[in-house]
Amino acid sequence: MPDATTSGGILLVFAIVFPVAGVLLSLVVGGRQVERIALIILPCNLILASAIFFDLWRSGSQLIYIVGGWQPPLGITLRADGLSAAMMVTTAVVICAVGVFAHADFDTRAQPFETRAPFVFWVLLMAIGCAMNMIFLGGDLFTLYVALELLTFAAVPLVCLDGRAETIQAALRYLLFALLGSILYLAGTALLYGSYATLDIVLLSQRLRVETATLVAAVLMTVGLFAKTALFPLHIWLPPAHAGAPASASAVLSAIVVKGSFFLVVRLWFGVMPGLLGFTGAQLVGGLGAGAIIFGSVVALRQKRLKLLIAYSTVAQIGYLFLMFPLAFDSVSSQLQSSGALTGGMLLAMSHATAKAAMFMAAGLIYAALGHDRIAELGGAARAIPMTVFAFAIGGVCLIGLPPSGGFLAKWLLLDAAIATGQWSWAMVLLVGGLFTAGYVFIVVAGALGSPHEPLKLRVAVPKYQEAAALTLALLSLLLGFVALGPIDVLQVRPGAMMAALR
Amino acid sequence: MSGANLFGICGAALVGLGLYGLITNPEPLRKILAFNLLGTGVFLIFGLISRRAAAAGFPGDPVPQAMVITAIVVAFAATALAVALVLRLLEQTGRATLGADNPVSEIGNP
Repeated sequence: MPDATTSGGILLVFAIVFPVAGVLLSLVVGGRQVERIALIILPCNLILASAIFFDLWRSGSQLIYIVGGWQPPLGITLRADGLSAAMMVTTAVVICAVGVFAHADFDTRAQPFETRAPFVFWVLLMAIGCAMNMIFLGGDLFTLYVALELLTFAAVPLVCLDGRAETIQAALRYLLFALLGSILYLAGTALLYGSYATLDIVLLSQRLRVETATLVAAVLMTVGLFAKTALFPLHIWLPPAHAGAPASASAVLSAIVVKGSFFLVVRLWFGVMPGLLGFTGAQLVGGLGAGAIIFGSVVALRQKRLKLLIAYSTVAQIGYLFLMFPLAFDSVSSQLQSSGALTGGMLLAMSHATAKAAMFMAAGLIYAALGHDRIAELGGAARAIPMTVFAFAIGGVCLIGLPPSGGFLAKWLLLDAAIATGQWSWAMVLLVGGLFTAGYVFIVVAGALGSPHEPLKLRVAVPKYQEAAALTLALLSLLLGFVALGPIDVLQVRPGAMMAALR
Repeated sequence: MSGANLFGICGAALVGLGLYGLITNPEPLRKILAFNLLGTGVFLIFGLISRRAAAAGFPGDPVPQAMVITAIVVAFAATALAVALVLRLLEQTGRATLGADNPVSEIGNP
């Protein structure tokens, strides 16, 4: 039975078209109006994402839009299942908060003339919103390739907004890694099309056979996406890029952009080829994740600068996301199960998005207030800018995984899966990683709570709305644990679940 | 050797060369060129697949051709962006390298 456009399907088109319209309009009306356009488009994006989420929650079935009425395999389908709706809402919330936060640094009306960095920032922020929505909704692998490239082109210039040589170098390194990743992904799609004559995710998952060409394609695409997600050992571009960017840009890059390629890995392995990874492959992916956790945490502990510490913490937290692969592997059917481990992993991605954005914002405020971000000299910061340090600490609590944060619920689900499948070693990795995280968060918070060597003089007064933006995101990540009371069921809305019900 | 095999082997060779250059060469400009070689190899493979997947009576399957046009545009835009970054780096520092002589600790100072 071919899919048909569902009643709410048009929302999916709006979610992609709106931000694009914002970008195009910005180019037409010129630099000084761009912030206003963004401040209309970004809340609209959030409303659309919430509408899609609630439609899904109420109806319990996915939203589909067949573009132009052309059915797959030739046509393109937009699909919103539970994973995409939840990720869309998270992304929209974070981008909105970044929009509020960034007003101080990128006010397009601060100067009587058009300035480059603010204009570029707002256009790229809308472009990232669009690219992420496309990644979450795209129903075929080639549309996802285009979305991935769109995301790269929007993210790379954000790294070097201030135009210093170090950041340009970081952006160039990021771009080269991203290009390698996307061309490998493209090679994989070519091979898959050659074998199955379709790139539609649902059709592919039905037609898939275990054969050499499919395996090669899967490996190429996965390695490409790992490079873009900065999974250890392909992470070396991430710390300089994320630490060098302005605070608002770092928040988007670390919280949102790496989740784009991560989401594609999940789509690929859980949606298209759940039976292909096998026990060894799942353990290998988990091993890379464990390597990332250990390496990222140890290096983060040794950092002297706050922004670099947070960037290395991102490397470690990305590792956590990949622990769900061995935990979701069911040895009886030798398939990846869309079960508690997947829910836990996605929830971890969402809580990391909110918490990490809050932490980067807080770091940016600390830098602006103190004029430096040397961890050893943070003394007195908690007294001078208490809300900011509190936001950082709450974000840290979520990363560590203390209740009732989203991180706690996510790690609980992962631990549960580890125990249910008898994989104790992964439970150990989860717990040890939590200890490491507690270590580096504690170093920063304890430093900020200490007394200064000399009386602290703030360079600038930190605007209240910036602190509020950081604190809101941090509190959201803390309260995310309460989704267990209801909306978490949305994550179970999947095409596979529906097909099973139809049978 | 049939034409299809020749295209396939050429594509594979280009992918190999490009991948080798992209990984081993430290010069950004050469990395960008290597990326283009790698891309060309993948595009050739698309052409080959278009030929192989053709239904009876058609010289080629149009879908991979449509995809490869998009991919070429994307690769062109990516190359332009990368070259612009290299030029900007050259303008500012007088050299364009990705070497580790810039200690990471210098970065992160907005």
